[in-house]
Amino acid sequence: MGITLPILILCLPLFMFLLLGIGGVKMSRKVAGILGILGMGTTMTLAYIVAFTYFFSGNPEFIIDGVRQQYQVFDVTWLAFTPKLVVNLGFLLDPISAMMLVVITTISFMVHLYSWGYMEHEGGFQRYYAFLSLFSFSMLGLVVATNIFQMYIFWELVGVSSFLLIGFFYRLPSAVSASKKAFIVTRFADLGFLLGILTLSYFTDTFNFVSMTSNPMNVLAETGGATFMGCSVLTWAMVLIFTGGMGKSAMLPLHIWLPDAMEGPTPVSALIHAATMVVAGVYLVARMFPVYCVVEASMTFICCVGAITAFYAAVVACTQVDIKRVLAFSTISQIAFMMVSLGVARDYMIPGEHYSGLGYMAGMFHLFTHAMFKALLFLGAGALIHAVHSNDYTKMGGLRKYMPITHWTFLIGCLAIAGIYPFSGFFSKDEMLAAMFARHWFWGAWMTMVAGLTAFYMFRLYYLIFWWEENPEYEHHKPHDAPWQMSLPLIILAAVSCVSGFIPFGELVTWNGAPYHIHIEAPVAATSLTVAVLAILLATVMYRKKNPLPEKFRNALPGLWTAAYHRFYWDEIYLFITHNIIFNGICKAIAWFDRHVIDATMDGFAKVTQKVSYSIRGMQSGNVQAYVLWYFFGALALAIITLICII
Amino acid sequence: MDLNLLWYLVPSVVMFACGVYGFVTRKNMIAILISLELMLNSADLNFAIFNRFLFPGSMEGMVFTLFAIAIAAAETAIAIAIIINIYRAVGSTNVLESNKMKH
Repeated sequence: MGITLPILILCLPLFMFLLLGIGGVKMSRKVAGILGILGMGTTMTLAYIVAFTYFFSGNPEFIIDGVRQQYQVFDVTWLAFTPKLVVNLGFLLDPISAMMLVVITTISFMVHLYSWGYMEHEGGFQRYYAFLSLFSFSMLGLVVATNIFQMYIFWELVGVSSFLLIGFFYRLPSAVSASKKAFIVTRFADLGFLLGILTLSYFTDTFNFVSMTSNPMNVLAETGGATFMGCSVLTWAMVLIFTGGMGKSAMLPLHIWLPDAMEGPTPVSALIHAATMVVAGVYLVARMFPVYCVVEASMTFICCVGAITAFYAAVVACTQVDIKRVLAFSTISQIAFMMVSLGVARDYMIPGEHYSGLGYMAGMFHLFTHAMFKALLFLGAGALIHAVHSNDYTKMGGLRKYMPITHWTFLIGCLAIAGIYPFSGFFSKDEMLAAMFARHWFWGAWMTMVAGLTAFYMFRLYYLIFWWEENPEYEHHKPHDAPWQMSLPLIILAAVSCVSGFIPFGELVTWNGAPYHIHIEAPVAATSLTVAVLAILLATVMYRKKNPLPEKFRNALPGLWTAAYHRFYWDEIYLFITHNIIFNGICKAIAWFDRHVIDATMDGFAKVTQKVSYSIRGMQSGNVQAYVLWYFFGALALAIITLICII
Repeated sequence: MDLNLLWYLVPSVVMFACGVYGFVTRKNMIAILISLELMLNSADLNFAIFNRFLFPGSMEGMVFTLFAIAIAAAETAIAIAIIINIYRAVGSTNVLESNKMKH
């Protein structure tokens, strides 16, 4: 493959960012919007060409004997620290990066189009499009990184663009604090990521993914038996790298930024905080998968973190009032699902298991389908907010008559995430659950329960928005469907969510490139489908029409409900730690030391200098002859000293 | 009586001391300039003396003296020009009255 297309995929969004960022002030909204959409459309087309060439051309660069290869389109030296330790910039094509190219550019294009309608009456329209382009550039750079350091650079860039877009409404104090929170929490996690990278590269002398993942046992051998605090150094490195993924993917306990990130414009939430950026952690684990497999402990850690987070987020999502928060917690839960799926996968055959890499394929499959239906749900939520001017479901209800397009597409999204046949979520979730059951029944049972909760809270949300009871305020302000720029992406994404489950994903994306033929495992599928249908029925009974049942449930378990409503007090715990312990305890002592020791020393120097200057300034009389006399005596003294020294 | 190095150096030192004394004590700028010339001339004298007694074969000291005299003449011209300007500005050539630089 030539170098032109891959370079263009990266450079076009960057160019659009510079163009809209610098020249946007001089453009009208329409020009800026059309330019942004066209730029992203072109990038999408190019990415499709590259991805389809990779998957379907049969070129020996990409596929040898039916096994897909990792292909570095280019990999140029950027920083050479030592002859062995070199940071490169490049473009890596392999199944997951090609898949991500498609996902990112599709969702990004949909969001560009949707924003044209959604942001029509907002200020800073051009700036918004510039930031969207910056994000697309950074995310594309992240997924095609050939080495972990390049990934880290783009990892930070997506963090910055996320920060800029969450704080887009910078006049709202809540948006400002949310963007700060997101940046600080993810930065904190990225510190772990950086430490992990440095630890790993210290032993392996390389940042390159291909050389690390093609021979993971070599990595293990290079770290030797080095241990630190009872764990091998490689375990530490892999867990620290995963910490970065935990921050970006909002895993417990670093999840606190994602619900607040919903302060950003809704299309941004769809693009960054649901479909693409937050799955970067999953992508990172998938990228380093063979190395993770060498370290059993890190895989167990990933599984545990994922399982706890998935359950926690699902429970919290059942009680939230803000529809975007429900979707945010749902995102956290679904990403945790993918993490568990990766955590149960192995790159070697386990006796009695027909394919131990299934979890990897299923996790990536779910990443793909989830990106589509979660973007759909968020964009649907945006259309609702656009119509009702509130994030609160209590201001909605009975909207199905007023907004048919939004209603049907949202329903498709809910069915997909609940895992109902034949929508896309069913297929990916089924594969994931099959992989988990194959590993251990506990993981399978636990995650089936989470899947049931998912179906319940999504349909709770659906019924509360579209059924329940009509808000009397509709009399004054009748809600209606969004303009075509907003409806079209909804329809396209809904169509994709209907059919994408039938993509033979196992033929395209597996951990080692060898094709895997997906077949639905009847017992697992039946179980998960039954659980989902039961959960939906429960939600129907409780929320289809206004009735006192939800109130009764709430009053039956007041403690649990309040705790879940307050997200199990994680934010309060963080506030307590930062304010009471760090700010009031540690920082006060440091501030005292700074003021009374360091500053005082410096002030002392200044004071002494000043005192001495005042005392001798009478000598500077302005009388030239006095100066000469001083000079003369000085010269005389020097001469005498010299004489004494010589004699 | 043998004329050795000391016989030449002593008048030079006396001349230099007179120059220093005059430079510090006189208040008229022209007088200060004259004292300065005295010091300069004693230095020129030293050049010539040392050349004559220590390196009789060469001429560098003499040539240096000639250069110094020429430059001293130029310096004097500049100094007098400055003094005239100060006189125009302050209305006096008294060195005690031109102490505005300290402010």
